[in-house]
Amino acid sequence: MTRKHLLCLLLTACIFPSFALSQTTETLSLAAASDLVYCLEELNAEFQNAHPAIALKTSVGSSGNFFAQIQNGAPFDIFLSADVKYPQELIKAGLADSSSLTLYAIGRIVLWTINPDLDLTRGLQILRDARVKKLAIANPAHAPYGRAAQAALEHHQMWAELQKKIVLGENIAQTAQFVETGNVDAGIVALALPLSPKLKNTGKFFEIPETSYPRLEQAAVLTKKGKNNPAAKAYLQFLRSDKARSIFDRYGFRLPK
Amino acid sequence: MQILGNLSPELWESLWLTLRLAFVVMLLLLAVSIPLAYWLSRSKWRGAVVLETLVSLPIVLPPTVIGFYLLMLFSPQRPLGAFWLKLTGETLTFSFEGLVVGSVIYSLPYAVQPILSAFKSVNRELIDVALTLGATRAQSFWRVMLPLSARGLGVGAILGFAHTLGEFGVVVMLGGSIPGKTKVASIALYDEAQKLNYDTAHAFALILLLLSFVMLLAMTLVQRKISQDR
Repeated sequence: MTRKHLLCLLLTACIFPSFALSQTTETLSLAAASDLVYCLEELNAEFQNAHPAIALKTSVGSSGNFFAQIQNGAPFDIFLSADVKYPQELIKAGLADSSSLTLYAIGRIVLWTINPDLDLTRGLQILRDARVKKLAIANPAHAPYGRAAQAALEHHQMWAELQKKIVLGENIAQTAQFVETGNVDAGIVALALPLSPKLKNTGKFFEIPETSYPRLEQAAVLTKKGKNNPAAKAYLQFLRSDKARSIFDRYGFRLPK
Repeated sequence: MQILGNLSPELWESLWLTLRLAFVVMLLLLAVSIPLAYWLSRSKWRGAVVLETLVSLPIVLPPTVIGFYLLMLFSPQRPLGAFWLKLTGETLTFSFEGLVVGSVIYSLPYAVQPILSAFKSVNRELIDVALTLGATRAQSFWRVMLPLSARGLGVGAILGFAHTLGEFGVVVMLGGSIPGKTKVASIALYDEAQKLNYDTAHAFALILLLLSFVMLLAMTLVQRKISQDR
């Protein structure tokens, strides 16, 4: 093989990586809310067990971010939102398949800290403590978990008072990162994060009463592109399976009926 | 100007914040770059090449790399972050001061490079003449070297300012999007686009576009003046 041939091959490989790398028949592009970041590893592993031929491509970020991206033509097949509103809006806009709307989990929020001196048995009241200088929540503008955090703080009449302490994470995973690195004293994050194998030995958390914020119903939907992708349908079905439900259960989600 | 009517007070705040940040950073950049460039232009030490490379690193480094290291470094769990917290009672992350530090590092090469090349192009003989005429080293620097390098200083200042306006990656990593403190214009634009407020996003994008254009125009004019004068 001459050098020229090699160069051609390399170029082809760069432009059409799927030809060069794998012969899998179907690919599935998945956009998922970042409360699922660790949970998804287990879900996907389980799904791949049953469907080894499907190539999974996963993107994790804030639900609002994906909502905007899908509106602008992002090529995802399935969208696992952290709420129901974004999938519904996509359906309304004709960008997602209404019959595919699936409630897969109900999220919960916790107050999380790595500071051993903070007494979390005092619940959210601890946030009034002078030792809590910074509190991280996800950006309520585009993260449902941020909205839940805001609702809980409003419910306890602390929202206005805590404004000076609040720091906004781009999504719930970055919010957790702010807490984990010790850059904030506490954060309101998805229960699924401190329950994950990666973080379960880090700090401690207080479960915020579920009566203090609207139910965090999380729904998945097939996009216009994913509607005709059998792999996407299979994934949606998998989300309702007992195996998937037991994973959600372990990560602290409540299960829909 | 209709488009500007779409901006809420909070968004004006983030524009004002951006300008303030860029201005403070520009002043600090000058304060750091002038001695640094002077030293680099004169040093015969071999290690100076390494230092010059280090200074230029942010040109090619992904801003998230800088943001990541600073986030780790600024954490109150680490010595530097703990020291700052003790000193000021505030964390360095999620603060205006933290962004200033990040921006100075991020924009440093853009200020140092033009100043360095200006210093290097100053005719050594002029300095020598000043010295033989009885000027001290300091005098020859302030009265000969700096005035002859004025345009390089101007270009460095403008580039440092403009580059800070365009900062995004560093701020995303250690800003926390706090209105009036760390929510700079590029972040506000990102947030508005995510909220699908395209009108506001457009207004922001346009303002930043015009600002950047004016900055570069000013710089080009300064540079042209140099070549005409020679």
